[in-house]
Amino acid sequence: MNISLNGEERIVRPGATVNDLVEELGVPTRGVAVALDHVIVPRSAWARTVVKVGARVDVVTAMQGG
Amino acid sequence: MTSSPTPGSNDPDPLVIAGRSLASRLVLGTGGATSHASLEAAVRASGTDLVTVAMRRVPQGGAGGLLDVLDRCEVALLPNTAGCRTAREALLTARLAREALGTSWVKLEVVADDRTLLPDVVELVDAAEQLVRDGFVVLPYTTDDPVVSRRLVDVGCAAVMPLGSPIGSGLGIRNPHAIELVRDAVDVPVILDAGIGTASDAALAMELGCDAVLLASAVTRAEDPASMAGAMRHAVIAGRLAHRAGRIPVRRLALASSPVAGRVGS
Repeated sequence: MNISLNGEERIVRPGATVNDLVEELGVPTRGVAVALDHVIVPRSAWARTVVKVGARVDVVTAMQGG
Repeated sequence: MTSSPTPGSNDPDPLVIAGRSLASRLVLGTGGATSHASLEAAVRASGTDLVTVAMRRVPQGGAGGLLDVLDRCEVALLPNTAGCRTAREALLTARLAREALGTSWVKLEVVADDRTLLPDVVELVDAAEQLVRDGFVVLPYTTDDPVVSRRLVDVGCAAVMPLGSPIGSGLGIRNPHAIELVRDAVDVPVILDAGIGTASDAALAMELGCDAVLLASAVTRAEDPASMAGAMRHAVIAGRLAHRAGRIPVRRLALASSPVAGRVGS
């Protein structure tokens, strides 16, 4: 099924969780936060939050900035 | 008579924001540094204990260890909402930052356009009010308008951060009188944010009564960032000392400092 991960279309298996997507990005989980359809998903809920078709997932972290 | 503040761990003149004491009155933005090594040298030379970061989508494979660098420097993080155009975007960004970094402090930026990066103060006050209600310690980047600053304090902001001139311009403080009016208008810390080009700009901000200075480009884009960071550290301390020392009044004509009486040949 299709979702949007950090602005890019991705095909993921049905039943994929937020945790699966963060792992797919291959990023350290420290200093990272996730929004699912513009709503924060707390880290404690990543493993049980299933992403639905057409979902928009943003995984963000701190970058250099003024 | 109060004793003169001296920089260091026993500084009797700390900057206090929302009950938290900061030893340095210089807040350093991390944007614009060409490498982590250059950034680390600048952060250390600046003596700051608070640095800003932006929140962005993680690239595939990770962001490359910025947080490790800042951890090593033992500085607190002040995430910003740079790039946000609406209160709605700023709220989401601030909440992501709180979740990612475990801090409820936020440098609130809501800008109107890319050409000027000037604050959209209508969206700004709206966002500030909602974030304060949501438990954030809000430090808003704002215009040098004392009325807007008062509005921001009315909705609960912990400090106000008026611009000296547009972000990254290095034009310095274009309207010192307005900054003094902001200082007089609010009873929270005033942090001069944006436009600083060189050390004298930072010293002027402090002489005008600002409580701190926030700058990024002036250091990170200088030819020698660490040297400029050191210059800014001293400029902020010098400006603060001068402000507290009580400068002499400005006169139109000379006033001799040597005795008038007893001059040879008189």
